[in-house]
Amino acid sequence: MSLSSVADAGAATTAPALRTRARRRADWRRRRLVLLLMSPWIAGFSIFFGYPLVMSAYLSFNHYDLLSPPRWVGWANYHYLLRVDPQTWTAVRNTIWMIVVAVPLQVLFAFGIAVLLARAKSGAGFFRTVFYLPALAPPVAATLGFVYILNPATGPINTILGKLGIQGPLWFQSPQWSKPALVALSLWGIGNTMVIFLASVLDVPQHLYESAELDGASAFQRLRWVTLPTVSPVILFAVVLGVIQGLQYFTQAYVAASIASGQASQAGDTFSGLGYPNDSTLFYPVLLYQHGFNDFQMGYASAMAMLLLIVSFAVTLVIVLNSRKWVHQAVPR
Amino acid sequence: MRKRAVHRRSAVAVVVIGALVIVAAAAARTVSSSGPTKLTVWAGWSAGHELTTFKKVVAEYDKNHPEVTINVVGGIDDNKIVAAIRSGTAPDVVSSFNSYNVGNYCGSGGWIDLGPLMKKDHIDASMFPPAPRYYTQYEGKRCALPLLADDYGLYYNKKLFKAAGIKSPPKTLSELAADAKKLTVRDKNGNIKVAGFDPVVGFYENTPDRWIQSFGGKWVDAKNHSLIGTDPAWAKWATWQKKLVDWYGYDKLVRFQAQPIDEFTPSQAFETGKLAMNFDGEWRVAFIHNEHPELDYGTAPMPVDDAHPELYGSGYINGTIIGIPRGVKHEPEAWALVRYLTTADHPLAVLSNGLRNVPTTSSSLHSKEITPDAHFATFLTIFANPKSGTSPILASGQAYTNAVQHFFQQYQAGSVKDLTGGLKNLAKQLDAQVAQAKGGGGVP
Repeated sequence: MSLSSVADAGAATTAPALRTRARRRADWRRRRLVLLLMSPWIAGFSIFFGYPLVMSAYLSFNHYDLLSPPRWVGWANYHYLLRVDPQTWTAVRNTIWMIVVAVPLQVLFAFGIAVLLARAKSGAGFFRTVFYLPALAPPVAATLGFVYILNPATGPINTILGKLGIQGPLWFQSPQWSKPALVALSLWGIGNTMVIFLASVLDVPQHLYESAELDGASAFQRLRWVTLPTVSPVILFAVVLGVIQGLQYFTQAYVAASIASGQASQAGDTFSGLGYPNDSTLFYPVLLYQHGFNDFQMGYASAMAMLLLIVSFAVTLVIVLNSRKWVHQAVPR
Repeated sequence: MRKRAVHRRSAVAVVVIGALVIVAAAAARTVSSSGPTKLTVWAGWSAGHELTTFKKVVAEYDKNHPEVTINVVGGIDDNKIVAAIRSGTAPDVVSSFNSYNVGNYCGSGGWIDLGPLMKKDHIDASMFPPAPRYYTQYEGKRCALPLLADDYGLYYNKKLFKAAGIKSPPKTLSELAADAKKLTVRDKNGNIKVAGFDPVVGFYENTPDRWIQSFGGKWVDAKNHSLIGTDPAWAKWATWQKKLVDWYGYDKLVRFQAQPIDEFTPSQAFETGKLAMNFDGEWRVAFIHNEHPELDYGTAPMPVDDAHPELYGSGYINGTIIGIPRGVKHEPEAWALVRYLTTADHPLAVLSNGLRNVPTTSSSLHSKEITPDAHFATFLTIFANPKSGTSPILASGQAYTNAVQHFFQQYQAGSVKDLTGGLKNLAKQLDAQVAQAKGGGGVP
């Protein structure tokens, strides 16, 4: 081997090594930039989600009354939650009721309104605004309004029913009517989902309707075989969102129970009317709040939160996996 | 030699005196620059006349004690107190509207132990009657003191009594039920226009812990295990109460309660004549005086179980408590204020006159400063009655009495079919709840 060939070979091995090193350096610079740009989100995620999640998991195995240091109790909180606490299953039943009844109604209602609004020939802007407007009302104010409107003694609904010779129900004061009244409230404020459905319905390609019409499809058949498959990803979105919101249902139930039970009238008193009437509005998050902030059992409330997290994750996973059967996948053009 | 020693001693004395003068001047400068200690007091009262009176009493102390200036904040509940202690921003003195969470405050050390401070100042807890003495401690640790008490009795509308031909307030529960029926007025649809008495658990002050006093019911045994499932008083009370609810019709009562008759507003049902008799606390005397002075009414002890006439005159007692939170910055000043408010006759009498709450030391009960008032005198008598009682102070705090109330609300609505079995289950649940609150996973 000559000297020149050795030098060539050396140059040949050095050049790729240099190129690799330069590429690595560029990659690192790029990663650093990405990390730098993402750092506000990473910080927010870690502080406001990651840390509370880890702490919640830790506290769920502790006795923690908010005032003295946490004390390790192993699975005791989970045992009490699943085997002893009589209110757990009441809260679970109420939450499932809300999800099973309210979510399909919300999807149907939002989709129905969106289809009607998409067909409006005149005044479309006005009607869209009217149907969207309730979504802007803060949940507490909206609930207060509903409790007032549905007051069994003085509310306008029962007054009108009374004039027609019908004795109206007790609404938020009745275990049978309190959840339907909350469902009515949720349907009234369905504007956000309705707007997403409207955008999706308006986005259905016109030529699909024309082809279906040429094939002799009726209006219902066009809705069933053209509109529904096209908007099915939005239906999936609305169902997943509705189920998660149902699992976290709190504000409206809390406000309605406190006002209807008449126990929110003095500032210094700790409210004990959660779930009024007769535990019918005792949803899982309401019970969690009660244990954590009224009874000062934050370790136990953390165990409840962990269970809620696992159930939320599992239910969402089941819905998403199952959706492959009925959600229309767009074919790449 | 001796002369030199004298000189040295004089020099040392001059240096020492000089140093003392400098230190004294510096100390004086420090006091004048920092000024009086600022104390903050949190109280639950929010109603106009209640908070104003409390502020007036504190202002009087403030005026007589130049070493402190005090700021009073009203409308505080237990959630705010706990949050402040956790975050290290608690005020110097805190008070809570009731004693339900004393177990939590004392057990956790959230409120400091007042025992050593009381011992140092030679204050004996026996100056408080038995009920307030009991509900301000937990398992022997006293982290609170009583600041006025509430007890409960019967308010009756004299005009409606006269119209119905009733001459005196009922003394037994069968008399109460009979009078309630006589006094009730319904419209043509059977809806209640005037309720003789509203027995629904959860309405105004109707809670089982207050009611059970009329039956002499026991809460717990010596080991703090629940007796609700075994003491027949509980089932007896529930049966009496449900019978009266059923006479009215549960739905009719709920519809009656749905009217704008909120408890702490001038439209409260008794004050406006929509309720002929009401189970209420002594504070209502001041509310009526301020909101409806024209109301012709009387007060009496709560009627009792027909089988226990000896209980007549007693009642349920609870009340506002006051203490010092953990991490307090000015403990001596805070304790001086707490001691003054809870043990001196003058502030208790002034507070009692303004709020028409019961003063909480045995001596202040007989203070000449207390303005005589026939309506209020009933409650002073109930407070002094040796058979009057309170609810147990346990680790699970307010959750305990809430669980009891919850059961009887279910029962009155018809959701509990087997009362005896239900009460036995409730007792087990309560024991499990206390065990859970102590960290035992609900195993008593």
